[in-house]
Amino acid sequence: MPIKVRYFASLKESVGRSEDDLEFSGLATVADVWRRANPDKVMSSNILAAVNMDYVELNAAVKDGDEVAFFPPVTGG
Amino acid sequence: MEIKLCAEPFDPWAQIQSYQHSAQDMAGKFGATNVFIGTMRDFNEGDDVQGMTLEHYPGMTEKQLEKIVAEAAQQWPVIDALVVHRVGDILPNEPIVVVAVWTSHRGDAFDACRYIMEALKSRAPFWKKELLKSQAERWLLKNTDGYL
Repeated sequence: MPIKVRYFASLKESVGRSEDDLEFSGLATVADVWRRANPDKVMSSNILAAVNMDYVELNAAVKDGDEVAFFPPVTGG
Repeated sequence: MEIKLCAEPFDPWAQIQSYQHSAQDMAGKFGATNVFIGTMRDFNEGDDVQGMTLEHYPGMTEKQLEKIVAEAAQQWPVIDALVVHRVGDILPNEPIVVVAVWTSHRGDAFDACRYIMEALKSRAPFWKKELLKSQAERWLLKNTDGYL
């Protein structure tokens, strides 16, 4: 199973897509996922990350089949 | 406890009344109900705003809201709680969010409701994009800390 990567809000607009599917091979952390999916784009320091819909740090481990999400600070309420 | 996302305008008072009426098991048990309602303004950061789109992350938004309500229930003796939040296109004067908390005593109701609302503002994955009167669109960059 691939890793599904999802982007939301202004980040979705700036990367120009809402999701990616990545081969798991060679990916150890959330930061690796970003680098593979966006090799030419430095992640802004305010970007938040989630794995399987829970917040994580960028050094969190990923496993095959995970859903990894990147998004800007939240502004609901 | 109930978490609801609504794609259509809702009446916050009707939501609260209906939920309280249906939650028969808390009848006679609660002495305090604290309610927060957030409503869309027609101005922000010095500009006239004519509309807004609220994006969310289906699945994670509900998961985080459930987690926040559970945290509140661990810290205060919450009998029941209701969270309703709009998604999609919103117009000024329409409610965005309702948090209602039922407890035995008022202090816990105030504190738990405030906790849920502040945690929602900082952790629930929703994003607002405003449409200004000038026709320009802009994403809100971050929420302010309500305790400051």
